[in-house]
Amino acid sequence: MEVVRLRVNGDERACGVPAHYTLLETLRYGLGLTGSKQGCDKGDCGACTVIVDGRAVLSCITPVWEAEGREVRTVEGLATATELHPVQDEFDLNGAAQCGFCTPGILCSSVALLDRNPSPTRGEIRAALAGNLCRCTGYEKIYDAVEAAAERLGDR
Amino acid sequence: MSGRGTGTVVPPARVREPGPDAQTASPNGSGRDADTTAALATIGRPMRKIDGRAKGTGRARYTDDIRLPGMLHGKILRSPHPHARIVAIDTSRAEALEGVHGVVTGRDMPTTYGIIPWTPDEYPLCVDKVRYVGDGVAAVAAVDEDTANAALSLIDVEYEELPAYLDPHEAIAADGPFIHEPRKKGWNGNITKTVELAFGDVDHGFEGSDLVVEGDYFFEGTTHTPIEPHCAIGLAEPDGRLTVWSATQVPHYLHRELARVLELDPARVRVVQPPVGGAFGGKSEPFDLEFCVARLSMMTGRPVKILYTREEVFYSHRGRHPFHMRYRTGATRDGMLTAVDSRIVMDGGAYASFGLVTTYYSGQLLTAPYHMPAYRFHSTRAYTNKPACGPKRGHGSVQPRFAFEVQLDRIAEALDIDPIDLRRRNFIGSDTRTVNDLRVTSNGFLECLDAVERASEWGRKYRRLPYGRGVGVAGSTYITGTNYPVYPNDMPQSGIQLQVDRSGRVAIFSGASEIGQGVDSMVTYIVAEELGVPLEHIRVLAGDTDFTPVDLGAYSSRVTFMLGNACIDAARRIKAMVQEAVAEAWGTKPREVLLAGGLAVMAGDTGTGMPLREAFNLAEAKFGTLGATGSYNTPRDVHGSYRGATIGASPAHSFTAHVAEVEVDPETGFVTVEKIWIAHDCGRALNPVLVEGQMEGSAYMGFAEALMEEQIFKSADQGRAGLHNAPSLLDYRIPTSLDTPALESLIIESIDPEGPYGAKEAGEGPLHPSIPAIANAIHDAVGVRMNSLPFSPPRVWRAIQAAGDGGRG
Repeated sequence: MEVVRLRVNGDERACGVPAHYTLLETLRYGLGLTGSKQGCDKGDCGACTVIVDGRAVLSCITPVWEAEGREVRTVEGLATATELHPVQDEFDLNGAAQCGFCTPGILCSSVALLDRNPSPTRGEIRAALAGNLCRCTGYEKIYDAVEAAAERLGDR
Repeated sequence: MSGRGTGTVVPPARVREPGPDAQTASPNGSGRDADTTAALATIGRPMRKIDGRAKGTGRARYTDDIRLPGMLHGKILRSPHPHARIVAIDTSRAEALEGVHGVVTGRDMPTTYGIIPWTPDEYPLCVDKVRYVGDGVAAVAAVDEDTANAALSLIDVEYEELPAYLDPHEAIAADGPFIHEPRKKGWNGNITKTVELAFGDVDHGFEGSDLVVEGDYFFEGTTHTPIEPHCAIGLAEPDGRLTVWSATQVPHYLHRELARVLELDPARVRVVQPPVGGAFGGKSEPFDLEFCVARLSMMTGRPVKILYTREEVFYSHRGRHPFHMRYRTGATRDGMLTAVDSRIVMDGGAYASFGLVTTYYSGQLLTAPYHMPAYRFHSTRAYTNKPACGPKRGHGSVQPRFAFEVQLDRIAEALDIDPIDLRRRNFIGSDTRTVNDLRVTSNGFLECLDAVERASEWGRKYRRLPYGRGVGVAGSTYITGTNYPVYPNDMPQSGIQLQVDRSGRVAIFSGASEIGQGVDSMVTYIVAEELGVPLEHIRVLAGDTDFTPVDLGAYSSRVTFMLGNACIDAARRIKAMVQEAVAEAWGTKPREVLLAGGLAVMAGDTGTGMPLREAFNLAEAKFGTLGATGSYNTPRDVHGSYRGATIGASPAHSFTAHVAEVEVDPETGFVTVEKIWIAHDCGRALNPVLVEGQMEGSAYMGFAEALMEEQIFKSADQGRAGLHNAPSLLDYRIPTSLDTPALESLIIESIDPEGPYGAKEAGEGPLHPSIPAIANAIHDAVGVRMNSLPFSPPRVWRAIQAAGDGGRG
């Protein structure tokens, strides 16, 4: 066991983990942040996607030590105390989450996209989500949700 | 026995118009709720799902998100051989490892199980034989995952290898050693089931045909790949109770099998089903991990969790069977079907799973939406030494539908009839019976054809696009639930319980399985509709066999129809009590009391009303604690009386038509599907957003099977026989956002006479036509017939080359 220090969703956290732990294992098993999901454990499905220093990252193939000293944002950190992030709200309104297991990762990829590109085209949305497999929706409603969220963010 | 279009008691279906008021203008309110369809307040509107916020914020707790104090981690040791006798297992070294608390083998659970009670052929862990690479032989529970993995490597298993069968034809031809002991002396232990049925005079039908089209087709196996791997937790408590949390679609069947196999009183066994992260049929029977966590917890006295690796998910499988199919289809020169004959060999893998049903479904579910004067099918399911196949979305009927709809396209081509028109001509009609005597009620198939024809601009495109581009059409039908449970009984197939609180809140106790399809939301919408309660005042407790009534599970597209009707039943019992109590207070008749918008109001007198909470309190004062149960069972007059007639019977059928537009690169054989138009008759869309989601997800999954997916295994000369070719999400390619075509949903509402508010299924039917529509579009594009799946670049390229002239005709 070694102690790793992380900044997660604005909180400074310290956590004892085995040296081989990934960022995903640390979030889920060390810190109890189970919103980020494990679907394949080898970087293929994207369910584990979190935002590290503004970029969407596959936490299941990121050694936790690489996240030390960086700003980690997970699905639990997207909403404020009183308000959902517009992407979260639009996912709900548009039926973009069915089983919901890929949703935390897709939300993180979407937020990372909108933070650097506030008005993406549908093609840019498709490209930004190409690392996140969804087995339920056929993706259409996910694109609709991201587009609607971009509009709402643009209106602010 | 068959009669075509015997009348139009069911009014014509309508295309759902976009807009918030579409559902209130309902001219065809002929469903069981004809009295209310004119003024539905909630049903039919786009609404949020009740669990959407929890899923969108990471608060939804799936099975692997649950951690219990003192929890151990379990792992299963799996066979490296496709077929072998177990000579000896020595677990002593594993048991001696520090941190290991329990080890079990097949001898600890020596009772066979199976989802179909007539074919129990699996042990929780193998006892005497392994039958596929990946078959479980032992399981351990240890303080953590690393220790559990280390313990597996310390278990010594001595195997005596047996010849492996990887091909179903070879398995059928063999005379032993069989994969399973024959169930009767003299039988072939490599065959699960053979079904042969004939309806009408098939030979006479072919004799009277102007055209008979014959073809051989192959449908490759595919698997479900839910993003959530299977996971289960067992907790045995000192008082003898056992709780198993599992990512299952069938908590009730799991409850029964756990009790039976572990020899426990079912009253002491509790199955809890947390939200499931995708299933598609892949979690609809008991799996080894559920028995293992239970047994290991009973042994160690501590909670035990097993989470499959992604590789284990591929090996646990139970997905689409590979089908080898031969079809003969006869028609008159004006395109009317005369006779259909099929012969099918199914590659079942190592265990029966739902295979008995699959074998029937491979023939029984083909007999609509087209009128067939005569039909015969012969289907055999073989065992092979590969992971067991089972039910995947569109169970048993997706493969025949592919072959049959390509056959129709060939008939249309030969007779120079537009393929949409050919399908219209053969429409079976509504309120009729199929050639195999299945009852069909509402049927919006013609409207589906019209909708995709119009939306895709078919008339401008079919046979008119430049070489390399084409459009194709296909149609289909699917059951809305099976008419009988998997174990025979006369009890309801769906039950629900409602409880009303003095605060105005309604609690729903539902046994159904939320697997992402939205069943928890569906019952919430119904309670809101019936009792006028705001959605946010309704709570759902679901999928817990200690506290919720039995629902058979999320399979066969049964839940909206069956649980929805049960929910209406329960809600109306409460409504009647509330109306009576309020009417008494107002000195009026109960039917004058309306419940809507959080209020009880007097009909025609908007000045008289009270908050619903007060109305509930009046009812509680009059009747005592307010609650009600509701249940649903299927009508029994929907099928014939021949042996097998009940399998494939359903209280209602959905109908679907697709048009696919493709671009084919003749130089590489690469097929790009540009768009799929999906028209689906779901009876009534209780929430159109969720219905569209099912339609698009289905079409996506069909597209994936058409072009990309192959659940295939290595042969001995490729290394090791029976080894999965590519058990990862990188190598077993499922479509990413960049692969998936544009999908356009066109909801058709035929308003079923028995469905809840007229609703039928939407979760499986819309998958079927994707594959033949794409095959037919490839033909329109480059002139070649694709009869083997998937339509991968090498296959398509070879077909174009074989056509000689590049397919230009």
